[in-house]
This record gives sequence, structure tokens and C-alpha cells, in this order.
Amino acid sequence: MNAAGVDVAHKRVSGEQMRMALPRGALFEGSLDLLDRAGFDTAEPRGDSRSLIFDLEGLTVITMRPSDVPTYVEAGAADLGITGKDVLAEQSNRSVYELADLGFGRCRMVLAAIAGDDSLERSASRLGFMRIATKYRRIAERYFESTGRQAEVIEVKGSVELAPLVGLADGIVDLVDTGRTMRENGLEEREQISVCTARLVANRVAHKLRVDEIDTMVERLREAAP
Amino acid sequence: MRELRRIESSLRELFESRAYGEVSTPAIEYSDVLAIGDERAMAGAYRFFDPTGNQLALRSDMTVPIARLAADRLDPGDAPHRLYYVGTAYRSVRPEQAQLREFRQAGVELIGSEAPGGTVEMIELLVAGLDAVGLSRAVVGLGDADLFRQLLDELGVEGLARDRILDRLAAHDLVAIEAEAGDLAGLGDRERELIVRLSSLRGGADVLGAAREIGGLAVERATSRLAGTYSALEASGVAARVQLDLGLLRDLDYYTGAILEVYDPALGQIIGGGGRYDALMGRYGRPQPAAGFALYVERVHIAQAEEERLAREGARR
Repeated sequence: MNAAGVDVAHKRVSGEQMRMALPRGALFEGSLDLLDRAGFDTAEPRGDSRSLIFDLEGLTVITMRPSDVPTYVEAGAADLGITGKDVLAEQSNRSVYELADLGFGRCRMVLAAIAGDDSLERSASRLGFMRIATKYRRIAERYFESTGRQAEVIEVKGSVELAPLVGLADGIVDLVDTGRTMRENGLEEREQISVCTARLVANRVAHKLRVDEIDTMVERLREAAP
Repeated sequence: MRELRRIESSLRELFESRAYGEVSTPAIEYSDVLAIGDERAMAGAYRFFDPTGNQLALRSDMTVPIARLAADRLDPGDAPHRLYYVGTAYRSVRPEQAQLREFRQAGVELIGSEAPGGTVEMIELLVAGLDAVGLSRAVVGLGDADLFRQLLDELGVEGLARDRILDRLAAHDLVAIEAEAGDLAGLGDRERELIVRLSSLRGGADVLGAAREIGGLAVERATSRLAGTYSALEASGVAARVQLDLGLLRDLDYYTGAILEVYDPALGQIIGGGGRYDALMGRYGRPQPAAGFALYVERVHIAQAEEERLAREGARR
């Protein structure tokens, strides 16, 4: 964006083999399955090696936290990357090209509160704002702003479900898969904010300079996507 | 500093040798005056007040202040005017992401020279500039700023939906285009696929043929503009350094027709950009066709260092 200053922390896009950043964690298995179906041998990254970099035939895979994928791809330290839409939406200021919806890892971003409890509504009407705990500060702020409500967003790093149970917040904004953790902690979904799936992203310069390699990879992954 | 200075002096020397004259504009301008040139860019500009309450801004690029100066001071009768600058611009940053608030730009503006001749002169000079700073692998992306504006007009997409789609196209968020072109603009599958396919076309002269197959008046117009420029570039021998790119869109408002980006394989970010801004001078009261480019000096410096490192590693192997 022109609105942002000029980046200088950026490294190479050239080099020999294409590099793809893969997210460790919930999307790791799905990403490797996808690569398998696209014809890569993923036995090595599936093993219990502590290595972070794996050389597949025709592709170097680098593994990291999902939320670091946009950082590496934006800088060109990886040409391509796979990560969740939740991560991309939270880091919407990162400029990476979003090339394809890979379809797997489907989750929903929701607003939830204690089941049968009206503290969300009470805070909204009495205080004029709701207190919301979340790992997704920007997504939450944008959502309440776009629906014309005031929210005091409290950023936490883990186990968001805890926050309303002990009075830190009136509700939470979080990603749910089956919703089991939420239910078991006595929370219920109130509003759905968005649906998130795994996405394929590319570095903008790699997209321009490695045209055939990138287009072929996109094609292979699209065909392999569930 | 010595290396940065060397980049700047190589470019200066080149620009002087092509009969471009140096200009300098103030770093501080009235906010309103800059906003006439590019309102959107003002979102990232540093703004403040002087003691009498006037709102001021630090320039966030060099083109807008130079267009203002040229409209005010240069006689269109003497056109074309060939101007260059080496200066500092300022933009707000995202925290903790190694961005510069203050950065150097070296570039040129060619005022009063129409497409395609002016555009071709610009690109030739840009390629010469890249060679002058030792980036012989760098590539110039050439696109058309009006392609998608006119295509969306042709498809009857307007207002909020048009702005959103152009915004997503500039970010190259193809997944959102597929979704939003359906939700916001009510476009059918075929139109959405067409937009995504067009924006992925990049390469040599063959992409123009591929684009024409997609069809439509906007595509026809843009491809013939690009074909005209490209054949002139072939004649002058720099076409090999230029990549046609129908998906190229810049997030500056003032570009019309040809737009440029500069890539070096050693760096993950663009090292320069530019294009035609035929409507910008008119906003300052003196309409004239114009084009220009700027190189980000600090990024050119990093690209140089990376290129040298890669060459050393290559030699060792």
C-alpha cells in the first residue's frame, strides 16, 4: 500500500528451487495431504524430525507458525505459502498475493458468549460497549466497526474461552472448528463473522518473475484441492 | 552512505546525459495542495499544523509536487519538459516491520510528451538506469491502468462494488474477486473467471494474444495500447527487459494508461515504479500528457548487495 512506508527488510526471490512456507499446527496435515495429491513426496516433513526446512523433489518446504507465513512470503524469503484466511485477515496490512482458496481447514470466525447469559447485551446497553477477548484484534475491531457497535477489544494469546468465564470479557471472537471446546466451557455461538479456509499466497515479485513455475504450481494445487 | 551516494550519482549522470534537468521541490507542502494530486496517498502522509493553523504535509512521493510545480512554472509551449530529481519522501509505517519513514527516490518526469513515444522514452531510460546501478537482471513490468477501470464500466459495475474490486485487484486478492464480484457486483461465473484470468496474464508479446481471446472492447483498447508501446520497445532493443502484465495495478490514483513496476530477482519487493499520468497536470490547471518513474534508492542498494552476494556464492560453487 502506498499508505505504508517503504520496506527494506526484504530478501531474495531468486535462487534455485521454489520455496513454500507451510503452517505447522492445524493446517499442517492438510497442507501435506494436498502436496501429496499434487505429486510431491512429503514423507520427510511428516517424520518427527526437528528440522524446519525440507527439500522435496522440485520444492523446498519451510515450516513455521501459521501467523508467520505472511511475514516470510511478503519478504520473499518464501515464494509461496499456505495459511488460513483468519491469519491473512488479521494481517491484512501484509502485501501478499492471494492466489487460490485451497478449500481445506474450513473453520468459522464467530462471536460467542456464555450460554444463556446476557452480559453482552447488558454491557452494550448500560456501558455503551462490549468487552471482547480475542486473539484476532483486527478482525474483531473491524467486525464491530462494520456493524456499528462499540467494543473494547482485549487481546489474549491463548485459551480465549477462559476470558468470559472469569469476568475478563463479556464475549469472545474466535475461530471454531467443531465448536467442542466452546461448548465444553459453557459458551455458545452468537454471530458468525466469516468462514475461513486455507489459502495459497505468493510473494508479489516471485509472482512476476517466476511466472511459469508459479502458474504450474497453482494449477497443480488447484487440481489437488479437495 | 558512500554506496548510496554512488547509486544517486550514477543516476544523476545518466539523467543529465539524456538532457534531463534537475528540479527540487519543498519537502513540506500544504495538505490541500497535495490532496488535489492524489487524495488517497494522503492517508499515508505525515500531516501537521503551522503556527497560523494551516495544515501541512510532508511529501509522500515526488511526482505530485513536481506536477504542481510544472503546472505553475513551465511553459507548455516549450514542451516536452525533461525533469529529474533525487530527493527524500516520507510515509507513515506499519510498526515493527522494518519500514522506512523517510526514504530516497531518484526518478524522472517527462512532461508534455504523449503515449506511446513518451512512454517508450521513459522505459528506455529506466532500463538504462537499472544498468547504470548494476541491476542487469532487473525487469520492468508494463501494464495498463485503464484496463480494469474500462472493463468494469463495460460490465456495468459501478460505485462501491467497482472501488472494492479495483482495490482487491491492486492487492491481487484473486479469491476475494471471485467472491466479491459475485456478491457485490452481481457478476456471473464467466465474468469473474475472465477478470481473474486477465489479471494473471504476464509475460512476453504472446500475453496480448491470450488477452484478445478473452475479448471485449476494454481489453481490445488496452491490448492495442500495450502492443503499440511494446513494438516500439522491440525496435529500440529493450523489450527483453520488459514484461507485459495485464494484472498490474498501482495503488496511486493519478495513473492513466501505461503503468510500470520494477523487480529484481534478488529482492522480494518492487524497487521502483511509475507510469503515465495524463490527467494529473490538469488537476493543477494546466492539462498536459506526462509520464515518469522513480527508483527507491535504499531498495536498489539492498538489491545491489544481494546481487553481489549471489554472484559470490555462484562463483564459489
